[in-house]
Amino acid sequence: MLGLEKKDTSLLIIVAILTMCAPFILNPFPTGSAMAQFNAGYPDLMQRFVIFGIFAIGFNILFGLTGYLSFGHAAFLGVGSYSAVWMFKLLGYNILPGIVLSVITSGVFALLIGYISLRRSGIYFSILTLAFAQMSFALAYSVLTPLTNGETGLQVYNSDPQYFHSDALPNIPHLFGQEMQSTFKLELGAWSFDFNTGYYICALIMLVMFYLAIRIFRSPFGLMLKAIKTNQTRLNYTGLNPRPYTLAAFVISGMYAGLAGGLMASMDPLAGAERMQWTASGEVVLMTILGGAGTLIGPVLGAGFIKYFENIFSKINDTVLHQWFAFLPDGMEDFLIVIIHPFVGKGWHLTLGLLFMAIVIFLPGGLVEGGQKIAQKFRGSKAKDDTTATDSTPAE
Amino acid sequence: MDVIILQLLNGLDKGSAYALIALGLTLIFGTLGVVNFAHGALFMLGAFCAVTLQRILSLSFETIDPTKTDFLGNPAKVKTPYLESWFGPEMGSSIIDWSVPLAILFAIPIMIGVGYIMERGLIKHFYKRPHADQILVTFGLAIVIQEVIKQFYGANPIPTPAPDMFKGSFDFGVLLGFDPNAVIYPYWRLVYFSFAAVIIAAVFAFLQFTTFGMVVRAGMADRETVGLLGINIDKRFTIMFGIAAAVAGIAGVMYAPINSPNYHMGMDFLVLSFVVVVVGGMGSLPGAVLAGFLLGILESFSSMNQIKQILPGIDQIIIYLVAIIILLVRPRGLMGRKGVMED
Repeated sequence: MLGLEKKDTSLLIIVAILTMCAPFILNPFPTGSAMAQFNAGYPDLMQRFVIFGIFAIGFNILFGLTGYLSFGHAAFLGVGSYSAVWMFKLLGYNILPGIVLSVITSGVFALLIGYISLRRSGIYFSILTLAFAQMSFALAYSVLTPLTNGETGLQVYNSDPQYFHSDALPNIPHLFGQEMQSTFKLELGAWSFDFNTGYYICALIMLVMFYLAIRIFRSPFGLMLKAIKTNQTRLNYTGLNPRPYTLAAFVISGMYAGLAGGLMASMDPLAGAERMQWTASGEVVLMTILGGAGTLIGPVLGAGFIKYFENIFSKINDTVLHQWFAFLPDGMEDFLIVIIHPFVGKGWHLTLGLLFMAIVIFLPGGLVEGGQKIAQKFRGSKAKDDTTATDSTPAE
Repeated sequence: MDVIILQLLNGLDKGSAYALIALGLTLIFGTLGVVNFAHGALFMLGAFCAVTLQRILSLSFETIDPTKTDFLGNPAKVKTPYLESWFGPEMGSSIIDWSVPLAILFAIPIMIGVGYIMERGLIKHFYKRPHADQILVTFGLAIVIQEVIKQFYGANPIPTPAPDMFKGSFDFGVLLGFDPNAVIYPYWRLVYFSFAAVIIAAVFAFLQFTTFGMVVRAGMADRETVGLLGINIDKRFTIMFGIAAAVAGIAGVMYAPINSPNYHMGMDFLVLSFVVVVVGGMGSLPGAVLAGFLLGILESFSSMNQIKQILPGIDQIIIYLVAIIILLVRPRGLMGRKGVMED
């Protein structure tokens, strides 16, 4: 179907079903129950799941396929956000021009940076991209203030022209009148599910992007990128110049990042320079590695995982812990809470760091490899031949 | 002229911090071939050694002084540091006053220990893995160290004053025949710069003039051959890792009075130090030092108002700009050896 192999088609369909039913899947606990804080089915978080999914899918096209570790991808995200907000300011709140422009500008930006950075490889490439991203960050904060509004962040004001804005249209980001923030609440007994327009638009775009990524992975172009990762010297000896291919991969992944940035601004019409900081670039690297670099589904998993952690784990505080362990004797309860306390709430970064280290040390292939290993255990040695042939071979 | 000298001096102290961190990074990279993203965290740990020692030294007990009353009319409680009661008030308070320099002695064993544990426990398993993996795992470690420090010391910067003797500024201008107050330079920064110079000289002397250093240098050039000669080079490299950690740590200790330590100061310095290492040339110790001072001075010059008027924002990006130009024009860095990390 759609020019995909059977296995890829089923993967795409699974992802499609999961994203479409996400409001149900992510809200498994009744609203009033003690477990309700594990629900992730509120619009804001779901939007972030898919937006960072797009970002990580794009990053994976560069890092997973070619092995070039960029530490400055957040710059494209930031550029995308800024251009989208500028479109809102100039043309009006329809998200379409904003998204289109964000993809284009980030593509041009990526072409420029990639052309220079890709002259070097390995750690030098990482440092070059990092330097460019930090430069953009510093400039966005200082000199480019007329364009970026500096520390305040770029936002839409009433005095902005908004040429295509009419009174009939909503005064928040919308797609031909459909507001991004409008949410349909479905109450089913004790459960309540949110269906948010913005989420579904992002999810549809993510599915298209996921499909594109599968096509890229399976294309001759994707094979060429894999060859660059495996052995660039040998590729040179066969008379091929790898640079145009890596540059193309870099630009594509930059455009994905720009798209993610544009969507982010569409959900919440604000763009700040901190989106470009190198910690933000580190985050997408974390997502990709955590999920499994070089695999199709890995980055999406990683993005969902980290964003879930960030939102849910950071909400757990001592009161919540006391509720959980209330059944234990007093001394035990306090002791457990003292131990767990540093890892949740404000300390969730600590858990993230530990988890990340554990993944890099024990599971370089990320969650996908972990899943495969477990699946292998269950199926026994018989299925070993099958698994080696699966499409989602982890990075070495 | 006086402005130029002032900027030169301002650049020196930032440059010394860059140079010290970059020196440690290069030591680790040159010996073990590991790209250590947690080096900034070691610098931060050093700064917090100073904070910790200051807190330990000022541990106090409370006594009730019947002669004074507080504003409610109760007998006032007076806090006396233990040190003052042991050594007498004068000696005790001067020990507390000197806690930052004393923290160097405190930090060296701690940092060597941390470095040793880090190398044996974690980095050792990453020699054969790709550089990307090394970057990632040490990046994770840096997050963990940072968060642990945040747990214990909170997120706010902790002021850690220098000894009273070094407070105030030194008027360089008078010395050179300018107007008074034209070139003013805080004493502590002067101390920092000289301290950095001493440490750098010590590291170089250690590598150049001791047998141990000779073996390490031989190992850097050809690890396998040294191993075949029956020398346990791994053990020495581990010690070098400890030394590199200690260099970063004491750089952090001495930096504490200049910038109040906070938990993310390491990350802030790390990115810049990496740029410094790359500009100096991966694996070249003199290159790291040279580039450190060079970039520090360039940075302070570009923050001069006259230059900012011509090129607005240049002070924010000058280091990265230089790095990009150097990497493209001279990929090996200023003093990089041939064949190091060239792929």
